[in-house]
Amino acid sequence: MYRYDEFDETIVRERVKEFRGQVERRLSGEITEDQFKPLRLMNGLYLQLHAYMLRVAIPYGTLSSRQMRQLAFIAREYDKGYGHMTTRQNIQYNWPALVDTPAILDALADVEMHAIQTSGNCIRNVTSDQYAGAAEDEVEDPRPWCEIIRQWSSFHPEFSFLPRKFKIAVTASEHDRAAVKVHDIGLRLYKNSEGRTGFEVLVGGGLGRTPYIGHVIRDFLPKEHLLSYLEAILRVYNLLGRRDNAYKARIKIQVNAEGIDAFRGMVEEEWARIKDSGVDLPREEIERIRRYFAPPPFEKLPRESTAFNDAAASDKGFARWARVNTVAHKQPGYAIVNISLKPPGKPPGDISDEQMEAAAHIAERYSFDELRVTHEQNICLPHVKKDDLYAVYQSLQAADLATANIGLASDIIACPGLDYCTLANARSIPIAERIAERFSAAGVEDDIGELKIKISGCINACGHHHVGHIGILGVDKKGEEFYQITLGGSGAEDASIGEIAGRGLSSDEVIDAVERLVDYYRANRQDGERFLDAYRRLGLDRFKEAIYADAQAA
Amino acid sequence: MPTLKLREGALAPYKDAKPTEISLQSWRDGVRPEGGRFAIVVPNDTDIREIAPSLASFSVVILDFPKFRDGRAYSQARILRDQLGFKGEIRARGDVLRDQAFFMARAGFDAFELEESRIEGFTEALRTFSQVYQPAADDAVPAWRLRAARAVAA
Ligand code: SF4
Repeated sequence: MYRYDEFDETIVRERVKEFRGQVERRLSGEITEDQFKPLRLMNGLYLQLHAYMLRVAIPYGTLSSRQMRQLAFIAREYDKGYGHMTTRQNIQYNWPALVDTPAILDALADVEMHAIQTSGNCIRNVTSDQYAGAAEDEVEDPRPWCEIIRQWSSFHPEFSFLPRKFKIAVTASEHDRAAVKVHDIGLRLYKNSEGRTGFEVLVGGGLGRTPYIGHVIRDFLPKEHLLSYLEAILRVYNLLGRRDNAYKARIKIQVNAEGIDAFRGMVEEEWARIKDSGVDLPREEIERIRRYFAPPPFEKLPRESTAFNDAAASDKGFARWARVNTVAHKQPGYAIVNISLKPPGKPPGDISDEQMEAAAHIAERYSFDELRVTHEQNICLPHVKKDDLYAVYQSLQAADLATANIGLASDIIACPGLDYCTLANARSIPIAERIAERFSAAGVEDDIGELKIKISGCINACGHHHVGHIGILGVDKKGEEFYQITLGGSGAEDASIGEIAGRGLSSDEVIDAVERLVDYYRANRQDGERFLDAYRRLGLDRFKEAIYADAQAA
Repeated sequence: MPTLKLREGALAPYKDAKPTEISLQSWRDGVRPEGGRFAIVVPNDTDIREIAPSLASFSVVILDFPKFRDGRAYSQARILRDQLGFKGEIRARGDVLRDQAFFMARAGFDAFELEESRIEGFTEALRTFSQVYQPAADDAVPAWRLRAARAVAA
């Protein structure tokens, strides 16, 4: 993991000091809430329906046990004993008092964390594959590049007042777990036909009210030029992106209005000017950062674990959990363990202080002190010995963290919705809970297989409904909460934007509709076909019929 | 509005005679007032490279912040300094707030139109960070360079 040196430490501490001054000026009445707003937003502090919300960055999703314990401490000391993991690898605290926020930022700085650029029209927390450094299919660990971007983008003097917020995601695997095609900039590390590793650069993807899949702006960027290329894109955007309408100010609008070829032309022209101007890091600094992400001291182990096989044979619950929640690791004898934060009846992504402590403890003991936060609002332990899986499972069970539903129907992404968010049209959390309940009978979820349900409380699409296999969007119909279904979306390497399936449904109807969609799929799927694949084969009309035929009959 | 000049980290009111201001549009129209060099006022939606051929005629370029959130002039300033090699004054006009001071100075601004009463807060803001991560148009040395220097010394 990256560790701060005195430079990183100084920058983060100076930021806290500045913010402390700003909060003092606000509390003493020297500045008004209006004047304070842009300042607090630069430190991730929002005003929500009932209270302030503080959003803390978990850069590229990586946490040490010590950091996780500090997050638990903050939840206990300054919040109501829990935190909320977001789709952008951040943690949100929903109830901090303004007067406490400088102390919270200090506590974060103590463990090399911050809330820098978690809001505002700047480059946000860079996100990545939660399996980085562990995935079987990656060409190299993408996190050194994320850290390089984190440093470069922190307090960037030119790009702190962009037309709109700006999100960058990095992956290094064939299988895209970082949703790079729906980011302002998506970076995919891969090996080209000459055997060199570089970035495929995508630009202009995004969700929100006008969803777009990103375009390839450059199919091969030599790694050492990453920062100058990013700087070229950002400069073209900063100068020419729209600022007259917040809804049209994201880079995706610019790219799609100009056309990708014209946009590429401008970026390449700018890049040619600055490519060798000293923006890019020298090799030594890249190596320095890369060394922090060296693989942990794995043991040489056989691929199969007898201890694991024996436990799985005698404990069916464990066998199922292991099948659903663990993933192959590149190191023989190890596995990646997913911890679901979607237990039945709980808001997706919420985690209590005690659970954070438990997860930290388990990571320390069994996963080289490392945890990851995923963009699907779960947590993972990247490096667990197969021999230890049963012990890990039991410890997770004791902390109510052993829900086995990763990638299944109840592993739902949902935004905070009307329960917290001032912009919401409708609630999303209770819908997620009721859908999960609907499929809770033994064996049902397993039979359905991979199904990504994503719920947003309004068109801003924080719940990523556009890229849900089944997407649900809260709409307002004469002051009542209604829901619109979209079908066939994906945020992975086969990215697509879901298609709208027809008129809005009441909260009761939408639960039934999801169930009918799933029933239709189960009745019509071919061997081994996922919901998404069946949808792509059969088409919108047939699934639409499945929703509405019965809805009218009822 | 007084103009405050940034010199070696400190802000002080303008002492010298101010050059004659001229808008970009007048310049385009061929207006050339008496006197040697001018302060040209460039809107933030113009390509700053347009004035590259005439830079020798300007001792000051005035860039605009219609709202503090509108950050186009940061890029204009950087292009002026880094790419066009402009050595004269780059002055920030408009919605110039203390919490932008640090960014502006790094992007190449060395003069600000603001009330003298705000000097103190503005100067404090200029010193928000003693370390930076990236090279820009000022002479701050990015952390990676200092790290490399230290590694060599060790
Ligand atoms: S999608 Fe809408 S309701 Fe949900 S968190 Fe975003 S803004 Fe709020």
